Amino acid sequence: MSGFIFKRILWAVVVMWAVATLVFFMLRIVPGDPLAAMLFDAGDPAAAEELRKKFGLDQPVYVQYAKWFGRLLMGDMGNSIYGSRIEVSRVIREALPRTLSLTGLSFLIALVIAVPAGLISALKRHSALDHAVTLVAFLGLSMPDFWIAILLIITFASGLHWLPAIGYVPLSEGLWPWFSHLILPSIAIGTPFAAIMARMIRSSMLEVLRTEYMQVARSKGLFKLRLVMVHAFPNALIPVVTVMGIALALLMAGTIVVENVFAIKGLGRVLIQGILDRDYPIVQGAILVVSFIFVFANLLVDVLYTVIDPRIRYD
Amino acid sequence: MAVMETTEGVPPEQTQRWAWLRFIARDKKALVGMIVLAVLTLAAILAPFLTPYDPNAQDFAMIGAPSWAHPLGTDDLGRDLLSRLIHGGRISLFVGTSTVLMALLVGVVLGVSAGYYGGWLDTIIMRYIDLQWAFPNFIIAVYLVAVFGAGLSNVIVAISLAFVDDFARIARGMVLTIKEEQYIAAARTLGASDNRIMWRHILPNAAAPIIVQATVSVSYAILAEAGLSFLGLGVRSDTPTWGLILADSRSFISRAWWLGFFPGLFIMVTVLSINFLGDALRDLFDVRETKDLGAH
Repeated sequence: MSGFIFKRILWAVVVMWAVATLVFFMLRIVPGDPLAAMLFDAGDPAAAEELRKKFGLDQPVYVQYAKWFGRLLMGDMGNSIYGSRIEVSRVIREALPRTLSLTGLSFLIALVIAVPAGLISALKRHSALDHAVTLVAFLGLSMPDFWIAILLIITFASGLHWLPAIGYVPLSEGLWPWFSHLILPSIAIGTPFAAIMARMIRSSMLEVLRTEYMQVARSKGLFKLRLVMVHAFPNALIPVVTVMGIALALLMAGTIVVENVFAIKGLGRVLIQGILDRDYPIVQGAILVVSFIFVFANLLVDVLYTVIDPRIRYD
Repeated sequence: MAVMETTEGVPPEQTQRWAWLRFIARDKKALVGMIVLAVLTLAAILAPFLTPYDPNAQDFAMIGAPSWAHPLGTDDLGRDLLSRLIHGGRISLFVGTSTVLMALLVGVVLGVSAGYYGGWLDTIIMRYIDLQWAFPNFIIAVYLVAVFGAGLSNVIVAISLAFVDDFARIARGMVLTIKEEQYIAAARTLGASDNRIMWRHILPNAAAPIIVQATVSVSYAILAEAGLSFLGLGVRSDTPTWGLILADSRSFISRAWWLGFFPGLFIMVTVLSINFLGDALRDLFDVRETKDLGAH
């Protein structure tokens, strides 16, 4: 198992290096790079030359790459090319807690909806309740998260005035202000995720309920709730965990879009604003950090999988 | 040879050709999906003749609630929402299908070649595919737009590339099992070339899961286009697309719910119909769940 984990970590490192390298070269190959515009803005050739030197653009690409990569390893992602030339790492340090709060809360909300829904529809198979869960899950999968976000704002913010429509308040300013700003975006992000989880828990539960050991347990007359919670449910979770990596990725993707609806300056907002402004150090930094979260989450899930299911052996 | 010819192209195949239609007609959800999609497609094609107003025509009935004159209301510039949404369907459906076709083409060629030839070609192709697999398609599309820049053609390229890995993986997996079959060995003995074996013998037998994936992917591609347009990374702002209409409405939703409601409804109904159809096809071909996640 440790061999597998080691290989998995190695692959994660390779993926991160590949992403970093691709990002570096692609942003330099494409036409219309923002620095060219900046050099043009500088007007006279002497000033342009100075800027070119300052950003190291007078050196060959591989030297630029080596320097850039070296600085990246030290955590230096450069500076924004606009305004106050704020450090990219600072922008990301400020954005990260927002994105993580949002992703974490949407994960919890989705689980709270999906687990009971999936369990009930598996236990009451073919009942009206089961059909309702299936239909709602289909709807949840088909609704764009940004639309759910808008519907929630229309209903709970501008309609009922129960919750704030936009913005973010850090946890240090109190639990309720923090929570009240995050709850609507979290529901918007968590809904498609909940739909998928409910469907998976349902089909996985149905499979477990059909197995021999469940039949034996049932024939021994075990109490039904105990049967489900102690024997069936933990086993049904194993296949659910396998897709957890992809599911978490889905949550992150949702966060990136939905942050933009609620004007929460998390990683998604930073990334999209960076793209719109063609502020490529910001774009580069945001892509790297978002990618790192994906790779790390997938790694974690794979390792977790070998721990919870001892039958799994990787060679 | 004479025996083979008589067993090959006779009635059973012809009756089977319409079997899927009958299957879908029996599945209520799939039938609803088919009808809705047919209506939407027709409406998109005939948009200029169908819509009561020009999608960009402005008048003084600004932010008007749904009425007889404007069934879905008007936006901040007095443009008819229904006309804009029907026209928007053209882009959404076009992007949804064209991107999946391109992704399918590239993905299947990569996957089939990787699976068939194996060796270093397989290693190179699959290492790249694994790399892309680590990220959701929508994120890949955002990354690519970050590099290429916004705009319709860039969005199409970005979404197509983002979906390539799904098709490559499925095609490769199918090839790996099929190429061990006896009829492939037989074809090879008869002197069939690699190309002929790959595209005439293996591919038709690998079609079912690829078709199911393609159907599901269209819905994700439509969501991806809407998402990119919504974020301002999509097509230019004078072209109405569902995502863009929704994005434009954001400042007005507190006083005009219809501007926030109907564009999303169009997206949802389309995606839902495709999902219904995809589900039925999955049952029909008996394909296990394909990559149903992460494509958002």
